[in-house]
Amino acid sequence: MALLEVSQLDVRFALRQGEVRALRDVSFTLERGERLGIVGESGAGKSVAAFSLLNLIAKPGFIAGGSIKFEGQTLNTMSERGLRKVRGNRISMIFQDPMMTLNPVLSIGEQMLECLKAHRRISSKEARSIALDKLRQVQIPSPEKRLEQYPHELSGGMRQRIIIAIALLLDPDIIIADEPTTALDVTIQAEIMALLLELCEQHNVGLILITHDLGVVSQVTQRMLVMYAGRVIEQGPTREIINDPQHPYTQGLLNALPQMATPGERLNQIRGSMPSLSNLPSGCAFHPRCDFINRTNGQPRPACTEQVPEFVTSGNCRVACHMVAEMIEDRRLKEETS
Amino acid sequence: MNAQAETQTAVHVRPSQNEESSESLLQIRGLKKRFSLSGDFLDQLRFKGGRLVRHQEHVHAINGVNLDIKRGEALCVVGESGCGKSTVARTVMGLITPSEGEISYGGQRIDNLSSRQLLPYRKRMQMIFQNPYASLNPRMTIQQTLEEPLRLHHPNWNRQQILDKVEEVMRSVGIDPDWGKRFGHEFSGGQRQRIAIARALAVDPEFIVADEPISALDVSIQAQVLNLLMEAQQERNLTYMFITHDLAVVEHFGTRVAVMYLGTVCEIATTATLFEKPRHPYTQALLSAIPRLKDDRPQHIRLTGEVPTPVNLPSGCVFHGRCPHANARCKQEIPVLQTQDDGTRVACHAVEEARL
Repeated sequence: MALLEVSQLDVRFALRQGEVRALRDVSFTLERGERLGIVGESGAGKSVAAFSLLNLIAKPGFIAGGSIKFEGQTLNTMSERGLRKVRGNRISMIFQDPMMTLNPVLSIGEQMLECLKAHRRISSKEARSIALDKLRQVQIPSPEKRLEQYPHELSGGMRQRIIIAIALLLDPDIIIADEPTTALDVTIQAEIMALLLELCEQHNVGLILITHDLGVVSQVTQRMLVMYAGRVIEQGPTREIINDPQHPYTQGLLNALPQMATPGERLNQIRGSMPSLSNLPSGCAFHPRCDFINRTNGQPRPACTEQVPEFVTSGNCRVACHMVAEMIEDRRLKEETS
Repeated sequence: MNAQAETQTAVHVRPSQNEESSESLLQIRGLKKRFSLSGDFLDQLRFKGGRLVRHQEHVHAINGVNLDIKRGEALCVVGESGCGKSTVARTVMGLITPSEGEISYGGQRIDNLSSRQLLPYRKRMQMIFQNPYASLNPRMTIQQTLEEPLRLHHPNWNRQQILDKVEEVMRSVGIDPDWGKRFGHEFSGGQRQRIAIARALAVDPEFIVADEPISALDVSIQAQVLNLLMEAQQERNLTYMFITHDLAVVEHFGTRVAVMYLGTVCEIATTATLFEKPRHPYTQALLSAIPRLKDDRPQHIRLTGEVPTPVNLPSGCVFHGRCPHANARCKQEIPVLQTQDDGTRVACHAVEEARL
């Protein structure tokens, strides 16, 4: 049994203009010590997915269906009391903006001890020594001094290190990191990502990394999900997806990166932009931007505009695309006839 | 009347000056900018040892920058946040007055001009800002937004000429001219950035300063906007000063690159040379930090420490605190840009002494 099993997750937001489906049929698993990347552009639903794992979706959002199982326990139906034992303890979270995450009126020490004491019955002295140990692990210079300092006294990179230390405090099984380095500079980002990767490997911690940066995903994670308009459209081993993307959107996204093009040449762009979740196109949500639908005598493939694509297995990857499904079917038929 | 005469002389002087420095369109010499942190005069007064003293603190945003931008090129300025790259851009545009130094455009000094004298230059140099959510006036329709610069710079144009120009520029950036009646908030980030680009192109400038124009956009939209900027450059023979922190974009887009660190330029090179053979230790670290798609675990040069505050600048080379090659000389003596064999200019003692 996988450590974390998400199946058919369905999250909706009840808005005045009607219900908006932020996530549909999101299913994935995470093994112990595995690193999973969730990639997508803004509005794809990747942050909603992260928040819903710990039932942190705020009203008017709610989990309308599906299940999130952690070690066999169903998190989405669990009581607040039970959830509190999991949150921060077994599954901890790192958010995008370190300044928003840390409480500005509490010293670093107070915030760290608070977290330890909420989950364990230990003395302040013990808690302090654990906190110092974690600060050393994230390579913060003079950790004793940091415990007395307040968040505003630290730089962005330092704050994000503190947050990683807090996330590691109770030796969690899974860390969910939502765009942990987006607010940081390139050199600091590289340091923080290297640190996070090192710590996860050392302590055998599972990592769910949410990001829009395909470079980061390719370097840190083993498996990845690509999301588009609230749906997972492709998932599989990171290397395979990066080297040989199947879904036209994943292909477009990778080809749009400047590092994939010859300098000075035109970049391959995906036309149009992500549809709003309240007004999704029929059928495959990507079809108005997809370059492949016009192959059959200039007309869009009817399936693409009418039918939501099911997942098909292609190698080690699972792809939700009619075209890929057709290609696989063709190949199978050819093999059968020959 | 007087002001008009002045602008006319400015316009007349230009061609003769232009011939002298036909190569570089924009010259920045010894540019410095300090921002005061201490408030006004009364805020600066402190009691110290029973006496009233005036205490002043400054952010040293730019400390002596020299740059030349050649006609038709795209000069990228890269660096981490706080390195002064946006301040350079804004000073060039005359949005901030420099504390010291000179800026010349087409051979004519522009940093000391009044805003009225600057008007003819504003028509020739335009700016695109980072955040298209903030740079479009929420109370103006797209039509109004695009008409405004035309009315200002072509006061003698009639209504039809302005309408035609707006339509042409909207088409050239890929916005439907029928959208003119709508407001900025009705558009997505990418479309807003297109409108901002259209606004900059409306007066047919020859030089565009783009301050992180794609940083706020999604990957697939970044490609669209970058393509648009490159097309505009080819069609209109534009010169760009492109501010960014994204080195992958620089590699794709830039003719030459200037790397900035803490208010100084540490390396200037053609893009190909810089990516192939970075000289300055900071450039090397910066390049190694780009998350690449292909190689699994790259050799990332880890820098120790963080960028120091620009309030109290380090002595000597501003980078010495984080530099793996720093020695005693680096702590005392400020390195100056020196031209290498291949034309790259590097400000580093280690490179100069061939220790690197």
